[in-house]
Amino acid sequence: MRGFLKLTIIEFKLFLREPQAAFFTLIFPLMMLFIFGSIYGNKPTPFFGGFGSVDVSVPSYTAIIIATSGLISLAIVLTSYRESGVLVRFQATPLNPLTVLAVEVIVLFTVTATGMALLIIAAKIVYGLRFAGNPLNVIAAFVLSCFSFFSFGFILAGLMPTVRTAQIVSMALFFPMIFLSGATIPREVLPNGIQKYSEFLPLTHVVNLLRGFWVGDGWGVHLKEVVILISILVTGVIVSAKTFRWK
Amino acid sequence: MKYNAVVRVENLKKLYGSTVAVSDISFEVNEGEIFGIVGPNGAGKTTTIECVEGLRRPTGGNIEVFGLKPLQDGYVLKQRIGIQLQESSLPPRIKTWEALDLFSSFYSRSIDWHDLVDRLGLDNFLDTPFAKLSGGQKRRLFIGLALINDPDLIFFDELTTGLDPQARHSMWDMLREINTDGKTIFLTTHFMEEAERLCNRVAIIDMGRIVALDSPENLIRNLNIESRIIFTLNGYHKTIGSDLKNLNAVTRVESIGDRVIVYGSGTTLISDVVNFLTSKGISYSNFRTEQPNLEDVFLTLTGKKMRD
Repeated sequence: MRGFLKLTIIEFKLFLREPQAAFFTLIFPLMMLFIFGSIYGNKPTPFFGGFGSVDVSVPSYTAIIIATSGLISLAIVLTSYRESGVLVRFQATPLNPLTVLAVEVIVLFTVTATGMALLIIAAKIVYGLRFAGNPLNVIAAFVLSCFSFFSFGFILAGLMPTVRTAQIVSMALFFPMIFLSGATIPREVLPNGIQKYSEFLPLTHVVNLLRGFWVGDGWGVHLKEVVILISILVTGVIVSAKTFRWK
Repeated sequence: MKYNAVVRVENLKKLYGSTVAVSDISFEVNEGEIFGIVGPNGAGKTTTIECVEGLRRPTGGNIEVFGLKPLQDGYVLKQRIGIQLQESSLPPRIKTWEALDLFSSFYSRSIDWHDLVDRLGLDNFLDTPFAKLSGGQKRRLFIGLALINDPDLIFFDELTTGLDPQARHSMWDMLREINTDGKTIFLTTHFMEEAERLCNRVAIIDMGRIVALDSPENLIRNLNIESRIIFTLNGYHKTIGSDLKNLNAVTRVESIGDRVIVYGSGTTLISDVVNFLTSKGISYSNFRTEQPNLEDVFLTLTGKKMRD
């Protein structure tokens, strides 16, 4: 237990010392908020169903943070820990190896939630963020989306032979996803063809679920998203249990 | 004298696919000794030591460490052993003190890492991130991590590979010191000199098999490998080659110009040669002897040169 707590503290420190990961999780979403907020403001418009641009952007930017944590941070940290021999060094101690994985999930979940909280606070103060949903639904959707994308990250960490390939594959998945899923650019603005194609991107369902709950939708309208995200989660657990290697 | 075996390995076998890494190895490591496995790269040293540590699953055979099974009893066993791995790392941005503090929290019993820091010469590098440490400093930090739980048995896999001679000698001193503190050491190395200087007993392995197992002195003596005496003649002596060859301890003589190399064995070789030269009034200089070493034993047993 003492080892678990110490490792969690260290991993938090290491996360904050890694400027790239900390930037994309904590700072970049705020930059997006202020850039697009200053361009479009937050006036309610029928285009967004009576909400403002910032109101629908906050849940969408949250999806970017979730994708960053799962596809980039988690996959690359675990692959590089394996490749450089950090995992095997832990394996040579009495520490349960699964503790290392659990700590990674806890740390990334916490920073992802922090990233979302910063967005909400900044948007509330600066743009008078509106919220019409049930907070518990949003939290549940956030947790499901995180775990779904973290398990995606575990699949990558299990399948990628080296850090180099993990980086390339992560980026190749990440960038199309954040631009075509409606996470950066609202899906209302995207051409029809792309909207169809974006159905195949897991992040689209995170965006739809979070945005839907944000403006007050109930679970009934979003069963499809919930089923897809749970399927990814389950697949991730099964695949990574089979493919994850310590060295 | 009756020894207490802390490691027992019986008929260890390990295949990777259809490649045989280790075929049928048996040995014991006794309490308080420095035991070494030596052999060229790819001989199966790391596979063997990692099976004993419980980091690899053997294909066959039986391993006991302190009467425990390394795989099934991993948690209990790892509390009592220290492991320095051949290839491992730490997160690049973790600081020296954080690593020591973190790893000490993994064990139910651990020594105060502040005491280790001084001994390891890391006192000036406590706030240095792992990635910024030199090769020798990293190696010393890993020794620290292997000692942090005050283990009874410590494994060192290729501890000095890639270090400069000075750092290597300081590692040897450190290992002797650890051993003097009463800890059993199990090491692997491909430096014959390292094994000869440190180990009480060595197992020479080649292609996954043990080809010899004994103390370095016994290995050298029992193989009856020739010693060499080399000297320079001050003047010309026509019959010196055949005269020397008549001595009992001498097996053969080579002379190239005024340089003479005498091969032989037995404890009287040197005195016989010196007495002969003195009694005949032959003047010589640059007299030196070359004793056979573990490298010669390895060459004799396997018929091949050590590869670095």
